[in-house]
Amino acid sequence: MKQFFAFIKKEFFHIWRDKRTLFILLGMPITQIIIFGFALTNEVKNSKMAILDLSKDASSKQLIQKMSIGKYFDATSVLYNYQEVEPIFKKGKIKMVLIIPQQFANDLQHGNQAHIQLICDGSDPNVANTLSTYATAIIKDFQSQLVKEQKLPYRIETDIRMLYNPELKGAYSFVPGVMALILMLTCAMMTSIAIVKEKEMGTMEIILVSPLKPFGVVIAKAIPYMLLSMVNVITILLLSVYVLDVPIRGNLILLLSEGLLFTITSLALGLLISSITDSQQVAMLISLMGLFLPTTVFSGYMFPIENMPIPLQVMSNMVPAKWFYFIVKTIMIKGLGFQYVWKETCILIGMTVVLFGLSIKNFKTRLS
Amino acid sequence: MAKYNSNNMSAVIVENIIKKYRVEKTEVTALKGVSFEVAKGELFGIVGPDGAGKTSLFRVLTTLLLAESGNATIEGHDVVKDYKIIRKKLGYMPGRFSLYQDLTVEENLTFFATIFNTSIEENYDLIKDIYQQIEPFKDRRAGKLSGGMKQKLALCCALIHKPSVLLLDEPTTGVDAVSRKEFWDMLQRLKLQGITILVSTPYMDEASMCDRVALLQEGKILAIDKPAQINQQFQDPLWAVQASNMYALLKVMKQWEAVASCYSFGEYYHVVMKSENAGASAINEYLVERQFQEIEVKKIDANIEDSFMALMNTAHE
Amino acid sequence: MNKENVIVVNGLTKSFGDFVAVDHISFEVSKGEIFGFLGANGAGKTTAMRMLCGLSTPTSGKAMVAGFDVFREAEKIKQNIGYMSQKFSLYEDLTIKENIQFYGGIYGLTKKQIQEKTDYLVAHLHLQNHQNSLVKSLPLGWKQKLAFSVAIVHDPAIVFLDEPTGGVDPVTRREFWELIYDASERGITVFVTTHYMDEAEYCHRVSIMVDGRIEALDTPKGLKKTYDSVSMDEVFLKLARKAVRGE
Repeated sequence: MKQFFAFIKKEFFHIWRDKRTLFILLGMPITQIIIFGFALTNEVKNSKMAILDLSKDASSKQLIQKMSIGKYFDATSVLYNYQEVEPIFKKGKIKMVLIIPQQFANDLQHGNQAHIQLICDGSDPNVANTLSTYATAIIKDFQSQLVKEQKLPYRIETDIRMLYNPELKGAYSFVPGVMALILMLTCAMMTSIAIVKEKEMGTMEIILVSPLKPFGVVIAKAIPYMLLSMVNVITILLLSVYVLDVPIRGNLILLLSEGLLFTITSLALGLLISSITDSQQVAMLISLMGLFLPTTVFSGYMFPIENMPIPLQVMSNMVPAKWFYFIVKTIMIKGLGFQYVWKETCILIGMTVVLFGLSIKNFKTRLS
Repeated sequence: MAKYNSNNMSAVIVENIIKKYRVEKTEVTALKGVSFEVAKGELFGIVGPDGAGKTSLFRVLTTLLLAESGNATIEGHDVVKDYKIIRKKLGYMPGRFSLYQDLTVEENLTFFATIFNTSIEENYDLIKDIYQQIEPFKDRRAGKLSGGMKQKLALCCALIHKPSVLLLDEPTTGVDAVSRKEFWDMLQRLKLQGITILVSTPYMDEASMCDRVALLQEGKILAIDKPAQINQQFQDPLWAVQASNMYALLKVMKQWEAVASCYSFGEYYHVVMKSENAGASAINEYLVERQFQEIEVKKIDANIEDSFMALMNTAHE
Repeated sequence: MNKENVIVVNGLTKSFGDFVAVDHISFEVSKGEIFGFLGANGAGKTTAMRMLCGLSTPTSGKAMVAGFDVFREAEKIKQNIGYMSQKFSLYEDLTIKENIQFYGGIYGLTKKQIQEKTDYLVAHLHLQNHQNSLVKSLPLGWKQKLAFSVAIVHDPAIVFLDEPTGGVDPVTRREFWELIYDASERGITVFVTTHYMDEAEYCHRVSIMVDGRIEALDTPKGLKKTYDSVSMDEVFLKLARKAVRGE
């Protein structure tokens, strides 16, 4: 046991003395969370909007006010006729024009159909889509208010309510995804590189010739990265709660245990990689291509798996991150308990066992 | 049991080891049937250039590689079956001093002591001699040490668990002449402690430091004996020849059909004539005819490099 | 004989902070000379050689290499020298022919020149049957001979050799030195470091560095006389033992 701890201590020295790598490892979750949480969110805020109000009555003013009060739109220009619409788009600052036809209030009050026209800049379809959705929602809301005031019966209201993420916060789905990604990278990639480095440096030769149990060596090398990964999990959770305002709804202990499980899965993957490669470069490439890419593509947090062709959907089942993503989403965001994730947990455990088995089988007590 | 007793004096026995490996699609035979024995407490040298098979041989003996055929035992333990026992008894220093570059001198040593289940204090007397030379730098990272100091540290690390057999793979490669000399002095002192030492080197001149040497070339042993004995087997008369214009002299000697071989050795060429009748006077005469000046021809004894080259040529024929 | 100097070094110094790696060294090397540059590990050989190759700027002093100033004309120096070391020489995953073509190409030889050089080298080194095999399949000694030939493929004024024969078998090692003599006869200056002391004897002149300074510089004969030694090995040990630098 003493030998085992001496090895772990040495491993910490390696990590601690390579300040640059340590900085990247610990900084990565922070930058990732911030990038995904803020820069890449689907939300569109403070979009500039122009208004062409041909009606200029009480109702139209009310609607305009309602549109610009929220955080999504800023009414920055006022237009006076249709001819001004195209030029203002060409200037490029305006994302949407809201056109209120003549006699807007009149139409509304007399129960006639009132038309509102929204013109969006379709050169960026995503933004255009989001904006029109937001605008439609606001207009619907406006409509329902009017209806309530007038107490007219027999009106059908559309009530769209987002379950689990009422404010449609983009960060929600990123947090579990980033977590999966970071754990994959620190655990699998770093462990495989650390082991292969010993092979490259030639120190593996001495270690193999020592009375140390070879598999003990490998486990000892993995433990520091496991701890580092748990630090990362906690960083991510803290950041998401205090910076992104994404609460942890479920059981924290359960969440951390699942994190630990996935860490071990990644570790087993790292060991497998190290057992089939002899150079740090190759280990890095395999980790990036074989782990990073599938994790981003197939875990479901960037691209919805349901929209993928069937073969890819089947393939995605082989990616551990997919299951972990589901588990974290369920516990952290939906706030559900173990009974809702036990199947996925079993799948992860199964994968871990198989991966460990493979790497033990591949681990050599000799050089070739 | 009888076999074990008969070899009681041998610390290492190597019998007809054949080791092959693949480079791309071609198969290379690194060791083509190597056999030798090393007695307990002997300082045994494996001398040969890069590619001779030294490292493959060491890796077979350290249980890191499996040979295609042949047997090897270390202190009576088979390198294949009993590898776990051997790994406890062995001190091994691979080529390119394998140390942790980012750990300090002391941390490296402590680490290797611990994984071999011992401590620096326990075996300090064995390494004291060597460690004292690097102790002033014990807080320096191994990566920042010079070649000579890395070599000493690597040796300390290999010795820290008091092995009974020490295997050193090219410990002096890339190290300057002064450090090399010091290193061999250290080995001589370790030998006095009764440790069996097997050491490989590409430097021919280091052969004379060993009790016995095996000359290894292209996976085959050319000769095994005491260095002096090997040199005595060099039968042909050997002449050291010198003149004012050395390069011109070399060209002339190489074209002369009476010359069997001519190799440069420091300031002289070592020349073997095809006929034993052609001696100093014949060479002198031939060179005078060709207007060489300051000619010097003298008979000398072969050194290990002469022997090695002669054996190399015979092996090729 | 015209004693044209191709390397002129005067008070060349390189310090890293407080540490003076190369301490006011001065010497001259003439055209076609084989100049042995010896020293213990850490004596400053590599640093000095880097400055002469135009790879590192000296702290002070003067040095002209192939007629160019190491401070101002490093790029021109690089065009006029060849370099070969034990560690880096040829691309292992290219064939012999491809290596020659590549190096010929980067030194600006014409297509025709490259073709001629390739044919000449392949014939000269007896590699006719191997010209399309990968360099990594060659024995070390052949690689080193080829690497040297490639380093002088553009007929440079000077070729720098950093421990070119480490680990090479004794016969090939001597063949390698014959290539060096040949180059020297063609007027190429050879600047060589080595750990084999018998090779020091093959040099026209030898300098020995100790603690960043040139402690001795003479012909092998002269050095042996001055230091009352029978071999260069002994000379080297006598001088290098004086080193106080904590390596």
